Amino acid sequence: MNDALPLGNAPLRSIDAVELGLSEAGYIANRQISTAIYMAHHLQKPILVEGPAGVGKTELAKSVASWLKLPLIRMQCYEGLDESKALYEWKYGKQLLYTQILKDKINSVIGDADDLTTALDKLHSFGDVFFSHQFLEPRPLLRSLQEPGGSVLLIDEIDKSDQEFEAFLLEILSDYQVTIPEIGTVGALVPPIVLLTSNSTRDLGDALKRRCLHLHIGFPDEKLEAKIIASRVPEIDARLLKQLVSFVQQLRKLDLKKVPSVSETIDWAKIMLLLHTSVLEVDLVRDTLNVLLKFEADIEVAGKQLAGLTHKARQDAGVV
Amino acid sequence: MTVAAPASEPLRRFLQVARGAGLKVSAAEGIDAARTVDLIGFADRAVLKDSLGLVLAKTPDEKAAYDEVFDLYFKRDEFSGGAADAEDESAGEDDTIPGGSDAAGGDGMGGQGGQSLGSLLASDDRATLATAMEQAAREAGIENIRFFTQKNLYARRILDRMGLRGLERDLEAMRQTGTPEGLGRAQFLDGRVEQLRDSVRDFVERNLLLFAKGDNEKFREELLKSARLSNLERRDLDRMRVLVRQMAKKLAARYAKTRRRRLRGQLDTRRTLRRNMGWGGIPFITVWKQKRIEKPRVLVLCDVSGSVAAMSQFLLMFVYAINEALSDIRSFAFAGSLIEVSEILEKEPVEEAITKIMSLIGFGSSNYGNSFADFEDGWMKFVTNKTTVIILGDARGNRTDPRTDVIGRLSQRSKRIIWLNPEYRSAWGTGDSDMYRYAPFCGLVTVCNTLRHLERAITDILEDAV
Repeated sequence: MNDALPLGNAPLRSIDAVELGLSEAGYIANRQISTAIYMAHHLQKPILVEGPAGVGKTELAKSVASWLKLPLIRMQCYEGLDESKALYEWKYGKQLLYTQILKDKINSVIGDADDLTTALDKLHSFGDVFFSHQFLEPRPLLRSLQEPGGSVLLIDEIDKSDQEFEAFLLEILSDYQVTIPEIGTVGALVPPIVLLTSNSTRDLGDALKRRCLHLHIGFPDEKLEAKIIASRVPEIDARLLKQLVSFVQQLRKLDLKKVPSVSETIDWAKIMLLLHTSVLEVDLVRDTLNVLLKFEADIEVAGKQLAGLTHKARQDAGVV
Repeated sequence: MTVAAPASEPLRRFLQVARGAGLKVSAAEGIDAARTVDLIGFADRAVLKDSLGLVLAKTPDEKAAYDEVFDLYFKRDEFSGGAADAEDESAGEDDTIPGGSDAAGGDGMGGQGGQSLGSLLASDDRATLATAMEQAAREAGIENIRFFTQKNLYARRILDRMGLRGLERDLEAMRQTGTPEGLGRAQFLDGRVEQLRDSVRDFVERNLLLFAKGDNEKFREELLKSARLSNLERRDLDRMRVLVRQMAKKLAARYAKTRRRRLRGQLDTRRTLRRNMGWGGIPFITVWKQKRIEKPRVLVLCDVSGSVAAMSQFLLMFVYAINEALSDIRSFAFAGSLIEVSEILEKEPVEEAITKIMSLIGFGSSNYGNSFADFEDGWMKFVTNKTTVIILGDARGNRTDPRTDVIGRLSQRSKRIIWLNPEYRSAWGTGDSDMYRYAPFCGLVTVCNTLRHLERAITDILEDAV
């Protein structure tokens, strides 16, 4: 079956190759993530990525695209998104403009017709001119099907869209084709790699879930997080890195409204770098805590335990 | 035992186990799982676990269940072929353990099996015994076990298939001989049979866990959904709250629609022409018709007197759990008189709020007429033709004036009145029940005393608004 695959087998020949490739693109993936990408390609199924905000769901799609050197086509979902914004639209204005311009030509086309029937017949032979590809405005879904070399299609935050839209996605997700009434069924030139992300603000339908591989990305463990930060903020000192990661990991264990995510750790690491810090100090942590925590109540909760947390973080990194 | 396709048989059994554990594995997902196994193979268990998990488990709960069941199931598998001790039943193949097939061969007939079972027990060949047990269990259809009450049935079936009956006959014969040698041997084997019974019972219990866990949970939830809410036991209350929240979340997701919806393809001619006046009426910009979807406005009147209090609690819980699908809720509680409780319910979590309300007004004897009059005095002016009024109560006013005139006016002002009555229809109108006096003014009067009834009533209200 692998012969039929468009990308060739080179980059996706094994799970390890996927892991390596992603890390070259700057994305440190765990085994589950690379397995998902590997399977998505070989089984030709979309991946539904769930997990808390900021753990790198969107980033995964970007990295896959940059690693495979495929165009990334992104569709952001929102309430009220419909097929004219997602799939295609007729360029109505252009159609109208053309009819206005061509008004004068009409006479020369039907001028020699003797009666109404012949005139109509003549018009009919031009009928489909205005509903052709020239007047079709492809939106993300159609565009990704039309990419000649394949593409990575990212359908972001699918849980924000309406249920009807979710149902409408089923055709493209299972068969990689869409139906345009005036033109017919458009199939994918090369099946794209499709990633859907969701923050689970609402439960997705079973039909959609059934068609996808379901990947849950949680918060990374200490080792993985350290690797991620090191790859994103390469200039950072190894000992400071250890302290940061240990601190954030402890913070996640507290009872908070919104625990800090990987993206917040990265931001924090960048700030620490800017401030030329090498050792975590309680005051400094307090001043920069708003990078990690986004709720006043959370900052208050964490603020009370700051000394202990900082101390523990320093201990873990071997800094006294 | 038939080993059809080498790869698909273990997978098929695993899928069955997974379904038993509560995972929803459809046929399509089964096919995907088979393709995954083709691609990945059984060799690397860690990778297999990850990849099958991607295909089969679709929620965090399912992921946890899947991890558990995968470990349990494939741990069993690892014992195959090994000379495992009898505690761990080995899923051995016939050819892996010499003698296994002999034991199995006689099993089916029960009578003849006695000899071989006896010698197996005597020689204490635990690995072979375990294989025989596993095989007998398969023949007995252990994968269909669902309830703990079936434990003995399956244990007996397995023992029969292993040839226990024949062995017992032999034992009887040995005792009949009366020789000390025969008696001693019989006693010795009796002890071994007892051990065998224990291990079979253990084995069945483990399988029950493996195959029936999810089903039992589901069964219990189904029971709760149709149990009378007034008869609930205290220990079920928490589970009930979780259920209410689940149901409500589902309904809210279905009905929390955008307020406006374009009707694609229906041109609003009047507004299009107006909009394009500047171009001499050539319609460059089209305006489409729009449908406005109003979220229902709901006004809830709950009887919190002793007879109906339990039901009111769940109604309030339900209504507040779907508040994203409703535009504004006002709630009132009454027994002898009526008060507004919206504020308490908005400020505090429902459970606490309800206890507070109960202490304020609950558990008196109800006076419907008086309470409705209170409502008319204080809040009738807020009722518009967009308001749906839900009244929950048994309509038993202790022979006080029912004040149907108030309900008549309320019915005229509001969109409609829905009356939920926890009593069965046969009890309406008996004794001091005024249900049939109120009924003509209500758009819907329905029995409502289980979670299912409640869900149906609320769905009806939500659908009505579309």
